Amino acid sequence: MKRRQFFGASAALALAAGLATTAVAQDDRTYVIGVSIPSATHGFMGGLNWHAQQTIARLEATYPQLDFVLATAGESAKQVSDIEDMLATRNIDALVVLPFESEPLTGPVKAVKDAGKFVTVVDRGLSVEGIEDLYVAGDNEAFGRVAGEYFKANLPEGAKIVILRGIATTLDNERVDAFEKAIEGSGIEVLDKQHGDWNRDKAFTVMQDYLSKYPQIDAVWAADDDMAIGAMAAIEQAGRKDEMWIIGGAGMKEIVKRIMDSDPQLPVNVTYPPALISSAIEMTALNFVSSTPVYGRFIIGSTLITPENAERFYFPDSPF
Amino acid sequence: MRNLSLSTLGPLAALILLIVLGASLNDNFLSAANITNVLARSAFIGMIAVGMTFVITSGGLDLSVGSMAAFVAGMVILAMNALQPQLGVGLPLALIGIGTALAVGLLAGLANGLLVTRVGIEPFIVTLGTMGIFRSLVTWLADGGTLSLDFAMREYIGPIYYGGIFGISWPIITFALVVVIGEIAMRHTRFGRYAEAIGSNDKVARYSAVRVERIRLMTYVFLGLLVGLATILYVPRLGSASGSTGLLWELEAIAAVIIGGTALKGGFGRVWGTVVGVLILSLIGNILNLANLVSPYLNGAIQGVIIVLAVVLQRKKTSAEGR
Repeated sequence: MKRRQFFGASAALALAAGLATTAVAQDDRTYVIGVSIPSATHGFMGGLNWHAQQTIARLEATYPQLDFVLATAGESAKQVSDIEDMLATRNIDALVVLPFESEPLTGPVKAVKDAGKFVTVVDRGLSVEGIEDLYVAGDNEAFGRVAGEYFKANLPEGAKIVILRGIATTLDNERVDAFEKAIEGSGIEVLDKQHGDWNRDKAFTVMQDYLSKYPQIDAVWAADDDMAIGAMAAIEQAGRKDEMWIIGGAGMKEIVKRIMDSDPQLPVNVTYPPALISSAIEMTALNFVSSTPVYGRFIIGSTLITPENAERFYFPDSPF
Repeated sequence: MRNLSLSTLGPLAALILLIVLGASLNDNFLSAANITNVLARSAFIGMIAVGMTFVITSGGLDLSVGSMAAFVAGMVILAMNALQPQLGVGLPLALIGIGTALAVGLLAGLANGLLVTRVGIEPFIVTLGTMGIFRSLVTWLADGGTLSLDFAMREYIGPIYYGGIFGISWPIITFALVVVIGEIAMRHTRFGRYAEAIGSNDKVARYSAVRVERIRLMTYVFLGLLVGLATILYVPRLGSASGSTGLLWELEAIAAVIIGGTALKGGFGRVWGTVVGVLILSLIGNILNLANLVSPYLNGAIQGVIIVLAVVLQRKKTSAEGR
């Protein structure tokens, strides 16, 4: 049950729903909820897949009248087919979708909505507004801003930093823009920002080259915990461990553990919980099992993990 | 080198051009640390590409090597983590890891080879299938996340990647040995000559009493073993494996082989050329990181242009010679 504290709001909702099911008279109808998410291609998505499976298992055990269909896709075209199949062959009543890309998924998701189904969109918005009943997302702007503010507060004027970027996407651009805006006027110099693609090996290579190129680096914004681990290995190899600290992001368990232990190399981390998929699935389920109003936007904030509060964000069982 | 023509030197010329370009753009390019970094990170793809040279020379192809490396890495980590309570951190456990890597690599290569030679399926299809299988298996083993080696053991085996003798790190030494053995096997042994013969014309090779199936099978097993060897050096670096380990390594290895002058349709292989190809590929990435020449969005385009150019340089003469 500890994991539920992760998103206090939905824990409260889930509890309310538990009470509601006993109180509200239910018909015998079975509802089918389709869940379509990208496949586990990197650590964060791995965590998201794990949380989706856990949530579905829990909800199916709690509510016998709910059935779930889970599909993972490695690219947009496959995801579109998945959604079409769910509508045509599984007769879903609701769709929870984390679009692989916004543009190509907008049409197919709209078709689901037009068929009179309940639609929940997670994390990446569609390119047309007003399609979804419920929108659940993390806060990319805050993800960059919170990290940027920490840099601004903890580095002197003239400090030099490097940035490791993710896979080139709008999401990555939003984060980096917000970060740069947050450090504006602080006199911190961004030496370089190359793509590490949220990948340990790629980040290791890019960091090695940063270290060859720049004699002075005071801090690294790795923007993702997989990249932070790759970068740390490169820094250790170069023997420059004491020169710089690293801020990753998303709250990987190994990193959170080291923050709990007050590792000077990893002072803080910024959350972007992969469990946001659980919030989306739970709330969608509530729409069918209770009279809880479920519509609108639910934004999960990005906050700073510090040694003081790290325990709240530590989930040793999760793969991420 | 009996025929030191321009065509043979094409990829070498491209490599030298890249080195000159790199040195002029950044003073640290020729520093010992940077050269070590580039060579050590080339070692994984390099060893795999040497094996790939034999597979391609004999008319085959293996698309599964990247996924295979991820799968082998996953198995090594699982085996070492499982046996650590009994054996403790130390040499026996490290040897278990090394043994696992070589055994899994060998078996994976054997599976590819048997499906190609005994069942008679096109190598492209066989290895496209096993590529998906290995990749899914490692994602499944890791529960969609990352398999991580126990921290103490990672510290213990770290020197396999980071250590070395006389200032030359182990990955570079191993890579060099593999290249020397590969070059000898290709040029001076029956195995290498048979591989070329089969790739040129497998019917003629068969009539000449070459055991075609067996040689083909051996090229896949040899490649599997080299993937295992590459993994032995890869695991100590970050101590982890996930679904994204070794992504697209197969394409890099194949590109390196072709840049180096081996014919994609088989029949002619050049191991030292493959090494040049691997170095060209890693240097492009290194130079793009060291000098902010273009927007990072265009890195892939620059890589593409240089790959095509390197091949154009050598094809001019090669086609004239009738190779």
